[in-house]
Amino acid sequence: MKGLILVGGYGTRLRPLTLTLPKPLVEFGNKPMILHQVESLAAAGVTDIVLAVNYRPEIMVAALKKYEELYNITITFSVETEPLGTAGPLKLAADVLQKDDSPFFVLNSDIICDYPFQQLAEFHRSHGGEATIVATKVEEPSKYGVIVHKPNTIGQIDRFVEKPVEFVGNRINAGIYILNPSVVDRIELRPTSIEKETFPSLAKDGSLYSFDLEGYWMDVGQPKDFLSGTCLYLTSLAKKGSKLLTPTTEEFVHGGNVLIDPSAKIGKNCRIGPNVTIGPNVVVGDGVRLQRCVILQGSRVRDHAWVKSSIVGWNSTVGRWARLEGVTVLGDDVTVADEVYVNGGSVLPHKTITSNIETPSIIM
Amino acid sequence: MSSKAIILVGGGTRGTRFRPLSLDIPKVLFPVAGRPIISHALSALATVPSIKEVLLIGFYDDSVFKDFLTEAAKEFPQFSIKYLREYRALGTAGGLYHFRDAILKGHPYRLFVIHADVCSSFPLAEMLSMFEEKEAKAVILGTRVEPQFASNFGCIVMDPATKKVIHYVEKPESHISNLINGGVYLFDRSIFDVIAAARNARAEQARDDPSEDEDAQEVLRLEQDILVRLAQTDGFYVYETRGFWRQIKTAGSAVPANALYLQKLFQTDIDAPHLARASATIVPPVYIDPTASVDPTAKLGPNVSVGPRARVGAGARVKEAILLEDTEVKHDACVLYSILARGVKVGAWARVEGSHITPADHSTVTFKNGVRVQSVSILAQDVVVGDEVRLQNCVVLPHKEIKSDVENEVIM
Repeated sequence: MKGLILVGGYGTRLRPLTLTLPKPLVEFGNKPMILHQVESLAAAGVTDIVLAVNYRPEIMVAALKKYEELYNITITFSVETEPLGTAGPLKLAADVLQKDDSPFFVLNSDIICDYPFQQLAEFHRSHGGEATIVATKVEEPSKYGVIVHKPNTIGQIDRFVEKPVEFVGNRINAGIYILNPSVVDRIELRPTSIEKETFPSLAKDGSLYSFDLEGYWMDVGQPKDFLSGTCLYLTSLAKKGSKLLTPTTEEFVHGGNVLIDPSAKIGKNCRIGPNVTIGPNVVVGDGVRLQRCVILQGSRVRDHAWVKSSIVGWNSTVGRWARLEGVTVLGDDVTVADEVYVNGGSVLPHKTITSNIETPSIIM
Repeated sequence: MSSKAIILVGGGTRGTRFRPLSLDIPKVLFPVAGRPIISHALSALATVPSIKEVLLIGFYDDSVFKDFLTEAAKEFPQFSIKYLREYRALGTAGGLYHFRDAILKGHPYRLFVIHADVCSSFPLAEMLSMFEEKEAKAVILGTRVEPQFASNFGCIVMDPATKKVIHYVEKPESHISNLINGGVYLFDRSIFDVIAAARNARAEQARDDPSEDEDAQEVLRLEQDILVRLAQTDGFYVYETRGFWRQIKTAGSAVPANALYLQKLFQTDIDAPHLARASATIVPPVYIDPTASVDPTAKLGPNVSVGPRARVGAGARVKEAILLEDTEVKHDACVLYSILARGVKVGAWARVEGSHITPADHSTVTFKNGVRVQSVSILAQDVVVGDEVRLQNCVVLPHKEIKSDVENEVIM
């Protein structure tokens, strides 16, 4: 089987992290974002993966080379020379996607969930339509494009209603699809939207179905959602009884959902959690309080610091008695001096912060 | 030749700017650098051998100073200390005049008059030398401030050659001089003649304008009513200090005053009692009362005073702050540019923070997003700050429990 991941551009919404690494390589739950998807695709029997990108950083090529070997798959880059929207990249990759008759997966790279590729493929084959969309339930459907089903069918889509003013349903497009190769024929090689153009036309022909997603779903394309998504991911690991999580019997773990790389060091008298990820080679000092935060590889959180709802980028240092909160994001190699308070600071790489940042701001 | 000293201590209806700390302790007894504000003036007076008596004049209830006077009598055996209570606020000069018989008893040759809210190196010996050398009738302590602050004080114009005061204006509207009144004076006995003359002038004025009520006639202020007059006579000189000086007016100003007195103590006597020695966790100067308990992993200083029975937990951080008696700072908490009054508790990983303030900054307010806020965070008696809570630039009135983050507010 085949899969296409819509990676897109520079990931500007996730800056300052994406100034250092391309978005697919930013670690989510201590693992590059794209690896979550590649692993799940490989586990579902996918052997050919296309990354639809509009730039091609060497670092990403090198990283993915490693995964090709690891999972015994072929990864190709499909590089847009001009932005082709969400459907255009499928046409551009037609030679891979149409190389045989089997259906292929399409997914947006920002989406985090328990990818249900196996069941999705089974469902897709069972209904005989050309395309299946994964649907997720939302609390406020009025903010999204909502799926309306044909009555008395198992998930056959009638139409989409964009930002409905009255309740028509609560399922929305989750950004994950399985499509027959024939769908590529419906797409022209120009900037096109799969949501706005391809799917409505498939629905009209009665060839579009939806598949309900179990569990969590999150678009983690920006820091605030990256943190929320991390909470959902860790909760899901906890539910599964994952061995990756630090056991709650550990003295410093507070409220569970704590994921710590084995190479990280944790000091004495810390209180960590809930919802914390700590990357490789991170050093956490004594008396540190961490909650709802992401500490990336090689960073140092010094004694008595306090971090909440923040992302500490790679190789950064949080000083003693420093306090980070309010979706503060430190880029690569940032230093926050001792005793400094940062609220909602987005700090670009290699900066040193020596005085308080009390209101959310970007530190160039 | 004998001298006397008078310390003007004010009263409970004054000093409202020192709230909320003056709600349970008179300002002059508030401890900075481990000792009541007034004790620093007494220590300076104790270095002048000719002073045999110190009179505190104010309008607090007698009971307020009872315990203090007992303690002070032990600490300063070289002179007697008495409290003279005005039956009502008579103004600083009015109070002096009212107690003139008590003051002049024993025929003192010179009178030091000190405002209790002055924090200074008190160069009394230098003022005395000038007094003798110039055969002065009055010497005033002058200090230079940044021009933008000068109009908040009494401004002195002097003849640079003779150091004679040629003009004095209290809180002028326009800029006159950045040499200001330091609130420390040395007078000879003739000061009472000047006050009497001012009273007479006031009485004459009252005859012309009977609308003014009788009580107000008696109120005479040393600055507005007397110094302005003195500046028109001969024999009034200014001693310009090169030492430190600042006024303790607002509660927040206790933080820089604490810093100045601690630095002075540290620089003159590194082994002074209760000064903590420099180490990885002590940034001097830090004063720790012997009954306080400070965890060895807590980091303190600079410019920190820790009062009796205060407890500072493991990994706590305290900087530029005053912790009064029975306060508790729990483990990993952080207290910066703040005052914790008696019995205040700060929770684990909490952060209580003010803004950076330097001793030379005569203002204790700062502006945040165009809003005027207190530079120093002040937690009044028995306030409790919950674990992990952050308070910044806040003044909290007594007995409040703070459970969520607050900034730039006064919490009633």
